[in-house]
Amino acid sequence: MIYLDHAATTPVRPGVWEAMRPYADDVFGNSSGVHEVSRRAKNALEEAREKIAVAIGAGPREIVFTSGGTESDNLAIKGASLSSVPRRGVVTVATEHEAVLEATDFLRRLGVPTSVVGVDRHGQVDLPSLVDVVDANTAVVSVMHLNNETGVIQDIAGITSAIEEHEPDVLVHSDAVQAFSSAEIDVDDLGVDLLTITAHKFGGPKGAGLLYVREGTALEPVLHGGGQELGRRSGTHDVAGAVGLATAMEAAISDRSRFRSQVGQIRDDFEKRVLAAIPDAVVNTPETARSSHHLNVRFPGVRNETLLMRLDRAGVAASAGSACQSGASEVSHVLEAMGLSLGEARESVRFSFGWNSTADEAMDAATIVIDLIEELR
Amino acid sequence: MRALVAMSGGVDSSVAAALMREAGHDVVGVTLKLWSGPNGEAPTAGCCTVSDAEDARRVAAQLDIPYYVLDYTDEFREGVVHRFVRDYGSGRTPNPCIECNRTVKFDRLLNGLSDFDSEVLVTGHHARNLQIDGSWRLHRGEDRAKDQSYVLSMLTQAELSRIRLPVGELTKTEVRSVAAEMGLRTADKPESMDICFVGQRDYRGFLRDAAPEVFEPGPLVASDGTELGSHDGIVGFTVGQRRGLGVALGEPRFVVRIDPGSSTVVLGRRDELAVAGVGLGQLTWTEGAPFSGQVMAQYRAHGEPVPATMHDDRLLFAEPQEALAPGQTVAFYDGDRVLGGGLITETFV
Repeated sequence: MIYLDHAATTPVRPGVWEAMRPYADDVFGNSSGVHEVSRRAKNALEEAREKIAVAIGAGPREIVFTSGGTESDNLAIKGASLSSVPRRGVVTVATEHEAVLEATDFLRRLGVPTSVVGVDRHGQVDLPSLVDVVDANTAVVSVMHLNNETGVIQDIAGITSAIEEHEPDVLVHSDAVQAFSSAEIDVDDLGVDLLTITAHKFGGPKGAGLLYVREGTALEPVLHGGGQELGRRSGTHDVAGAVGLATAMEAAISDRSRFRSQVGQIRDDFEKRVLAAIPDAVVNTPETARSSHHLNVRFPGVRNETLLMRLDRAGVAASAGSACQSGASEVSHVLEAMGLSLGEARESVRFSFGWNSTADEAMDAATIVIDLIEELR
Repeated sequence: MRALVAMSGGVDSSVAAALMREAGHDVVGVTLKLWSGPNGEAPTAGCCTVSDAEDARRVAAQLDIPYYVLDYTDEFREGVVHRFVRDYGSGRTPNPCIECNRTVKFDRLLNGLSDFDSEVLVTGHHARNLQIDGSWRLHRGEDRAKDQSYVLSMLTQAELSRIRLPVGELTKTEVRSVAAEMGLRTADKPESMDICFVGQRDYRGFLRDAAPEVFEPGPLVASDGTELGSHDGIVGFTVGQRRGLGVALGEPRFVVRIDPGSSTVVLGRRDELAVAGVGLGQLTWTEGAPFSGQVMAQYRAHGEPVPATMHDDRLLFAEPQEALAPGQTVAFYDGDRVLGGGLITETFV
């Protein structure tokens, strides 16, 4: 199989599983316990937390372990809106992940004022229109760092400083789930109050993520219970997951510059080859402000569902936006927000490259894609 | 042979896939996602309610065949649901399952067959598709009580030559025992009798939610023209209906006619439901050539065939039949063999 769906999830990097294993086995203790096996687990958890904090330029108390991106997004949006602060409103962008959009819609149904700002045809949010809807009722603004479907990069630092200037008490959240493998992530440089990261997008395990919460930020928990994570996220700690997250983060950071150049090159070569053979293929994302590892491309006249099925049968794994639970490909709300018609969105496919992608397999995949497109037309 | 199996998640299509696999064919399973919710809710909220797809997926995994869910919600909404609403709105009695077979399942999957890199489409219908002397003949299924040839009566040679119906050779009991022997999780799964997008509700409730605009009030009149009352839309009525008429007349009354032009619903006695013949549209002939003369005609999915004479696009029943309405499908048979089918466009007294 040639795996070109790294934006969906990635295999664990070397050493990650080995680092996690003791905490499912010998050091299985509940990190909240009083005995030795628990103390050792707790120690591993806090070591992981410290490593993670350093990795993103934060303090250890600012790291809240969660089950992943969806939970972190929910905690950020609902937690900020439902906290004791009188401001309740949520402002976000039409191309956000469903976790953000649905959490926002949930609050809207509870009577919270919400705004969902559109994007231009390049997938970029218009900063003045975003700032314009932020007012004295706004609790949190959420803007994704790097879009999961298109790879479009938003200028988070520019957004946070504009909002800071306009309404200093408004919190800014960013979902950086897709960005971490390639982009330098420092919470102070970005200026965010809340930041979502999940391990499985850069070679860590599934089910392990974090929400960065800037010191002093009021946040109502989504999961109430035993009061772990300073009351911000209850539930017995997944120590193995936290260790896996920390290990994968360190590995991803030391691999970042290679990732950007090498994986970026693999993506570019794949793209060039496909576009050279299929001149009317349209890349849905502009070259500027695009990640190194995503390619969202439209093949006019070919339904993506059919192409993906044929690619799978030919041993190439790719996707079209996010898949819903039934396994049917949903029409991408991201591409729709960028102004693509329903038909155009149904012709668009996402290829995403990752830490273990190779140039050879990408070239083989390009040949398979080209042959299939020619056959399907 | 490379076979695309349409898997609904029920026992029949599970066994169809299993039999093709056992026969050594190169099998791919697909489930069609046709409907997301009664009001077509946004995919982000209403999607993925296809719980049956889960059974199909698990069976495919057990058979070790590739499996995909294809999204035909747009085609289904336009070709089946909108038509269902339009038909009721114009006084017809549609059969959405037949429309779905015609405009979605067979049309889309057969047209896409080569794109899916398959040679034949396999379904779990109880009917037999036999190749005799170079042509394909559609026959009733081995299990007469479960026979589904009626809903396939619109298929012609172009389609039948690329369709295989392996469970048509088996009785339902045999299908279940094959499934049980193979340990398929769907072996004991009950059959679904509901119209998929209507669910267990009354279809009127569905129409009221999905298309309130088609409920236009009008008069309820007796067949002699006496005004009996009013109704809130002809959509709520179907020819032959006895219950829920909204008037009490002391003796049984039935809907005998619906006039969409004036939104009038005509009530009458049972004998006024009698129909001597029907005019037909969208006629298809299984083996190509049109057929004239004596046929057995079946006008309900599980109805008994009755003798009739076919002449051009008109069918005259040997004995008057009750409660036929425009929109219904009539399938023609010679014994167990399907000759063709059509849609009722008008009825003659």
